Amino acid sequence: MISHIVIFPVILPLLTGIVLLLLPGQQWSLKRITSFTSLCFQIAIAVFLLITVSNGDILAYALGNWSPPFGIVLVADRLAAWMLIVTVLVATCALLYAIRGTDKNGAHFHTLFQLQLFGLNGAFLTGDLFNLFVFFEILLLASYSLLLHGGGRLKTKAGLHFVIINLVGSTLFLFAVGILYGLLGTLNMADLALKIVSTPEENVALIHVAGLLLFAVFALKAALLPLYLWLPAAYAHTTATVAALFAIMTKVGAYSILRVYTLIFGAQAGHLANLIENWLLPLALLTLIVGVLGALASTRLRQQVAYLVIASIGTLLTAFGMHTQAGIAAGLFYLPHSTFAAAALFLLTDCIANRRNVMDDQFEPGPIIQQQRLIGILFFILAILIAGLPPLSGFIGKFLILQAALTHSALPWIMGVILITSLFTLIALARGGSMLFYRAQAPHICNIDPNADVQRNSLSVAMELTSVICLLMLCIGLMVWAGVITEYTTATANQLLQPEFYIQSVLNMEVIQQ
Amino acid sequence: MELLIAIIIGVLTACGVYLSLRGRTFPVVLGLTFLSYAVNLFLLIMGRLTVGAPPIISDTAANYADPLPQALVLTAIVISFGMTAFVIILSLKAFLEMGNDQVDGKHKP
Repeated sequence: MISHIVIFPVILPLLTGIVLLLLPGQQWSLKRITSFTSLCFQIAIAVFLLITVSNGDILAYALGNWSPPFGIVLVADRLAAWMLIVTVLVATCALLYAIRGTDKNGAHFHTLFQLQLFGLNGAFLTGDLFNLFVFFEILLLASYSLLLHGGGRLKTKAGLHFVIINLVGSTLFLFAVGILYGLLGTLNMADLALKIVSTPEENVALIHVAGLLLFAVFALKAALLPLYLWLPAAYAHTTATVAALFAIMTKVGAYSILRVYTLIFGAQAGHLANLIENWLLPLALLTLIVGVLGALASTRLRQQVAYLVIASIGTLLTAFGMHTQAGIAAGLFYLPHSTFAAAALFLLTDCIANRRNVMDDQFEPGPIIQQQRLIGILFFILAILIAGLPPLSGFIGKFLILQAALTHSALPWIMGVILITSLFTLIALARGGSMLFYRAQAPHICNIDPNADVQRNSLSVAMELTSVICLLMLCIGLMVWAGVITEYTTATANQLLQPEFYIQSVLNMEVIQQ
Repeated sequence: MELLIAIIIGVLTACGVYLSLRGRTFPVVLGLTFLSYAVNLFLLIMGRLTVGAPPIISDTAANYADPLPQALVLTAIVISFGMTAFVIILSLKAFLEMGNDQVDGKHKP
């Protein structure tokens, strides 16, 4: 039983999705309970997996008992378990927000939500490049439908762009996979890492092309400059729940970059060692600058948060781009923080926008909103988190990244860009916050019908803000247990930079005896 | 044979790239379809071109065709088929909601 634990995070959301499809259409409470229970189990499994692999073990699971490199393997190492736990926690908070009523906008919200998790968990666990492509497609197909959930003109337009650019990305992925298979004869990532060392001289150029094509695809998923243009519109126009869940979607790209370019094209890859070293860091810094400039120029809060997601990806990939143990460890600490904070801000934006009626989330002086004090405080804390001011987890994350940069040759660039963009993030959020809260007026001054706003009782407010507060608590947890978590991420970075153990664990695994 | 396949893939990709850069949704969908045809062919011949050789073990065969690209391409076809169906419906929805078939939703003057 224990040896099968690796497949549970993949199979459980899939089964739940199928069961949800069979439930009668009107039984919303049953659907919500099923979906939520399944997520609780997924959290339990993810925690168990995290504890199991935290001593450095790598669990490899051969599907159908076909031994690698011939069959498909799922591999749980420290990185995969870390990504899994972040995913299920964000998903649970997003679902908590959705079950208040927005899930009723479409018949199959819960099914799609579970299938999205199926794709995400699978992408983190798979040890096979083609399988990674398949899980990408699964999570994308679910995300297309979730993005369009509820319908509307702007959603359709943003959705169309999102779908088209991702289809082109999938094609590029297949070209890269094709080249790698044609030249190396395998798609198992551990096996690829072995075979790439002994590439004949004449094939090096082609594999170089494949490696950079893969980078383009992962950069597209991660919304790295110049492939980020799809993100602001898509995230700003979708529903809050979906946007909150999508906070993890860009991290799939970052995860893939980290996995593929430490394992396959890592330091030991002979002619192709450290393939993207010269690309990743400059692009990440530029992405950070562009994201913050976008946040400064935004006219709506949702758009601003979407640009802040881009900025957070820039920071994250700056950390990964240093390609040192300290840099990767700092990035892995920053990853959950930025995911939780962005998801919380998306949800809070929805709370604010709902209370402003026709003003929605525009940066224009609007009416005084209900529960102004509570929501204002939450916004203030989140702004501190995202800008990276002490004492919250954003500060620790950025501090670790800057500390890792001290020994790097691009120190002035990293230090300068991260510190200046943090200041501008603060300015952008302060501008937004003062417009929404300080410059609010009584309804009759800004020509809004004072009776248009529905009165909220304390229970519905509590329900609304639970998920935001849960996400905040997770960030505070990151701050309180920063020591333990940093130890874990440092160990993870160590494991990633010494892929020999991963390769050994996968290729020499014992197939389970019947 | 190699040359012919290479030219076909090249032409399909070129058409796909050109069409997917067009401003209206129908050519874009066609372009994506061409791109997926190109990549499916590309994947298939990555197991090298063999004629008349079986992909599964047989007693009489002298050499074998690589079965893995065939399995890969089958998966890729199914996925691209589903995606094409989705993007067609989405384009139709965009046409009905925005009143024109421009990708950016704006009427050309």
